Amino acid sequence: MKKIYDNATEALDGLLSDDMLIAAGGFGLCGIPELLIDAIVASGVKDLTFASNNAGVDGFGLGKLLDTRQIRKMMSSYVGENDEFMRQYLSGELEIEFNPQGTLAERMRAGGCGIPGFYTKTGVGTQVAEGKEHKEFRGETYVLEEGIFADLSIVKAWKADETGNCIFRKTARNFNPPAAMCGKVCVMEVEEIVPVGSLEPDHIHLPGIYVHRLIQGEHEKRIEQRTVRQKEQA
Amino acid sequence: MPWDRNQMAERAAKELEDGMYVNLGIGIPTLVANYVGDKDITLQSENGMLGMGPFPFEGDEDPDLINAGKQTITELRRTAYFDSAQSFGMIRGGKIAAAILGAMEVSEKGDLANWMIPGKLVKGMGGAMDLVAGVGRVIVVMDHTNKHGDSKVLRECTLPLTGKGVVDLIITNLGVLEVGHKGLHILETAPGVTNDDIRAATEGAIV
Repeated sequence: MKKIYDNATEALDGLLSDDMLIAAGGFGLCGIPELLIDAIVASGVKDLTFASNNAGVDGFGLGKLLDTRQIRKMMSSYVGENDEFMRQYLSGELEIEFNPQGTLAERMRAGGCGIPGFYTKTGVGTQVAEGKEHKEFRGETYVLEEGIFADLSIVKAWKADETGNCIFRKTARNFNPPAAMCGKVCVMEVEEIVPVGSLEPDHIHLPGIYVHRLIQGEHEKRIEQRTVRQKEQA
Repeated sequence: MPWDRNQMAERAAKELEDGMYVNLGIGIPTLVANYVGDKDITLQSENGMLGMGPFPFEGDEDPDLINAGKQTITELRRTAYFDSAQSFGMIRGGKIAAAILGAMEVSEKGDLANWMIPGKLVKGMGGAMDLVAGVGRVIVVMDHTNKHGDSKVLRECTLPLTGKGVVDLIITNLGVLEVGHKGLHILETAPGVTNDDIRAATEGAIV
């Protein structure tokens, strides 16, 4: 079983179609699948729905797919960093379904675990719970949220072995594991593919069973908010 | 003299106890980290980290290491990383002792509004709804009144809610109010501020 592909375009071959639901990993610009996003831009596929915590920034990340009008709907928790997003949203070209961040993550995880719905306290008494089933458990009210079953997952990890066992680095893990789990097919990009046996089995963050196709490449890894402190004077 | 931003943060830090795992929101809540002193506090960043360190020195920024405000940060010796589902699992599961958050409005019943203003640009709730629904104690730090002088501590919130009946303590520039079953209790006033000053600046019921 060959999982490794030469590049993002080949890895996505035969997987893309208009109107599909794609789950994408990343938080802000941290840990986003840059190479796969570029390949989706180049494919020209359109009317996409993305389940992704954020929508990139102007000209980078999912912002590239907004610039080309390939996205019809976003399922996200926070989208404040993107002028083109706001323009399309306010003009009615783009639909947004706001999800509380933890609900979005759990919807992905649940979908990947074969759980079509779960009850959560998050959002009870707010707009996001309107129209959804409520139920009492142990004297408290919970709202039903549905698992996300995506057509495709695009995710990014730090290193993977040739079977797709992978490890993430620091906070670049974020939504990548749940996003990887909830797609019918998962394509992963990594900074380095290493030989089988070179990753410690006890240290695998996401087992290769979730990863169907794998590519290695150079990442820009753009920083969204560069914040520093001054070195104290000697 | 009402408290300034730093004094509000300093007062909020007194609510934190040794050994607590805590999530700090953006704005004044971020300043609370400067006032924890010798207390052993572990900061959670909901994008997937426990044990958040300070900003990096120039040149040490790591694009793989950011906080929930997308700012570059550093790790500590105790740091642990995890994915977003687990991060909100520990939030929803009540493992985080307290969250300190900013607010646009709080009601006398502890309803919180801090994520959208109808008619204005809506950016999303991020993790705020999960935090207020899940953590042990929700502490709001905000100015008592808005820039027009209107109270932000109301009978009922006018803005869309982030959570219903979720706020435990309100720390403002004028003092500290606890959300009780029958209304708000004044626990403390800033130097030179009287109970009457707080009552005059509060629309919600003070009992």
